[in-house]
Amino acid sequence: MKILLVSLVSLFCTLSFAELANHGAVVIEYHWLTFIVFSGIIGATMYITYWASKRVKSTADFYAAGNSISGLQNGWAIAGDYLSAASFLGIAGLISLYGYDGFMYSVGFLMGYIAVLLVIAEPCRNIGKYTLGDILAFRNDPKKARIIAALSTITVSIFYLTAQMVGGGVLVKTLIGIDYEISVIVVGCLMLAYVVFGGMVATTYVQIVKAVLLVIASLVLVTLVWLPYGFSLPTFLQAVVDDPKIQAQVAKLLGKAAISMSAQDLGQRFLEPGLFLKDPIDQISLGMALVFGTAGLPHILMRFFTVPNAQEARKSVVWAMAIIGGFYVLTLFLGFGAAMHVGPETIGGIDKGGNMAAPLLAQYLGGGEHSLLGNFMLAIVAAVAFATIVAVVAGLVLASASAIAHDLYVNVIKDGNASQAQQMKAARIASIGVGMIAIIIGMLAKGQNVAHLVGMAFAVAASSNLPAIFLTLYWKKCNTTGVVMGMLIGAGSAILLVLISPNMTYPQKMVADAKIVLEGAASKPAVAAKASKGLICEFFTFCQKAEPAKPAVAALDSLAFQVVLIGSEIDHDTSIEESKKGQIKIATLEKQIAKAKEDMAKYSNQRTSMMGLEKPLFRLKNPGIISIPLGFLMVILFSLLTRDKRSEMLWEELYVRQNTGLHAEDVSH
Amino acid sequence: MIKNTNTHWQAIEADPRFQTLHRDKNRFLWRMMLFALIYFFCLPIAAAYFQLILTIKIWGVINIGLLFALSQFIVAWCIAVIYARRANHEFDARAKALIEDADDIKGVI
Repeated sequence: MKILLVSLVSLFCTLSFAELANHGAVVIEYHWLTFIVFSGIIGATMYITYWASKRVKSTADFYAAGNSISGLQNGWAIAGDYLSAASFLGIAGLISLYGYDGFMYSVGFLMGYIAVLLVIAEPCRNIGKYTLGDILAFRNDPKKARIIAALSTITVSIFYLTAQMVGGGVLVKTLIGIDYEISVIVVGCLMLAYVVFGGMVATTYVQIVKAVLLVIASLVLVTLVWLPYGFSLPTFLQAVVDDPKIQAQVAKLLGKAAISMSAQDLGQRFLEPGLFLKDPIDQISLGMALVFGTAGLPHILMRFFTVPNAQEARKSVVWAMAIIGGFYVLTLFLGFGAAMHVGPETIGGIDKGGNMAAPLLAQYLGGGEHSLLGNFMLAIVAAVAFATIVAVVAGLVLASASAIAHDLYVNVIKDGNASQAQQMKAARIASIGVGMIAIIIGMLAKGQNVAHLVGMAFAVAASSNLPAIFLTLYWKKCNTTGVVMGMLIGAGSAILLVLISPNMTYPQKMVADAKIVLEGAASKPAVAAKASKGLICEFFTFCQKAEPAKPAVAALDSLAFQVVLIGSEIDHDTSIEESKKGQIKIATLEKQIAKAKEDMAKYSNQRTSMMGLEKPLFRLKNPGIISIPLGFLMVILFSLLTRDKRSEMLWEELYVRQNTGLHAEDVSH
Repeated sequence: MIKNTNTHWQAIEADPRFQTLHRDKNRFLWRMMLFALIYFFCLPIAAAYFQLILTIKIWGVINIGLLFALSQFIVAWCIAVIYARRANHEFDARAKALIEDADDIKGVI
């Protein structure tokens, strides 16, 4: 029965691709190739799921792969979970568009693993069974701790998941032209097949296969990019600096400031900070969310329950750090390579966030848009990106399903008295439920700006899960009230701050921006800072910051004129490359005009954001710098204010267990 | 959950071997953690407030900023390797010795 279902899902997915792909980065004549590659990769993951389904007999297999995963395998699986589409395509894209800042962005993602390695991985393996709830319930009031842990796990997973679903839908549409809704459904169905039939076993092995493919594909691309420069770093970067496309991009980003700069200076500027990340405090806030949040991500935490002991858990983090770090170093070459060969203008023209940089680079290196090899390489990168989304979503769904079934159903509602069969049923039903919710959210969030959701997931994990886990494991006085209040206030403040931050859509600003595009803007006099000054002004907008004077902006409405102008140039220009560039320019400009008109229509009758605000109250995009210390502080404060006999009594046991792994088998088997 | 009734957790916690183990381990961990955090946050702080230092060219077009960002990777890997080595060679053995004697540590209760 299982194999029948699995092959049906597989068939459905491949067919829907074949039926519905119209246009995308892959040219029509090579669509067949894309389908072969996609079918190959989907088929391989389905075979893994079929094989895994025979091994999943108990909840220990379903949630923790029966503790059978080795440190090395788990390291690859963690890397797979972490190298989501956002970090794999996103960072290469940021580097191709903004140079140095994109690379700096990736450093924080790796640094998060130091906290995981030093303070989280081994204790969690020694104390926990399947979930975050298991760890928190050890010495705190079990029911309260499980409820709050489950809530937090589900919140973080849903934020992360929505970003993946929407990002995935858009990505597949851009790459091979499949409708957004269809790709969300396909991602959802595949992911459900992995989780429901294969549980953690399938999710882990799919993740490993995907991570290996991703690393091989990147190594091939980097070799091709770097080979012409004799694998010398200075020669390669010299070529980056000398590249006219990159110099043009920097000139565009700097605007007026670029006028007095030489071509060499412009190129060199690409290797210097400040082209993308502009607000230093926001950067530090994001850095905090990344560094402290990784250790609180439920789908990463869950991976430490799949290995047999603390030594393997340690080994898996070391491997994960080697793979993830190595990969981020490769993105430097992918990003710069894409900037030189494809050009920032083309990359940004197809997708504003630069997500297409790596796929387009693959196509170029294989011989370009109309070559067999080029399209084959594009298809491989696209299929790996697709597998990435499905596998990461599967891990997230499994993490929330375990929180619902294991924590809430089995241990809170049934008081831990549920048979294996009942537990398995609960686990599968919860997975299907969460999977359905993921698909529905993915559909509803179409066209929404979800870029901040990953940052928010990290911020909530860092402000709620990490303080609770960390203080439960290392601080004697920590207790139930502290954990519950700390998690509520930590997560609550992170979410609230995002809701009043610039991430939300503010209709008046949208209309104003659209007006600038269509009608241009008058010059603005400088604004002097109001009397109230100090740290608080760095975070909140109720005190006015000083603003420099702004010059008038020429109306982009003359864009329509520009379009005609460029169009006429194309007619007279003989160079194919030039005319192609012109066409891309026209397309980009037309897109801008259409977007501005759409925004005008959509927002002109609204006045306030979702939260009833006319402008953001909180200045930063990431709330970490406030909500993380607040989360820690609240756990400490409420722990000191209240007493909890159970938390005190079990401290010695927990502390000895987490440090030595004594009787770790009690909890894990 | 199965309880090991013959394990005296309080007594083990009070055992001098456990006390020295957790003290050594914690001191080592917090030093590494603190160093990693300070080193990491130097990058966004330098990028924001000391940009000129990062733009100094060292090797061809390669500037301090690029080298500093790359060094973050090296530092992260070094911390991982140093920690794993010490844990594998020292902490594991000391914990194992405690585990083996666990049933005999009863304290004076």
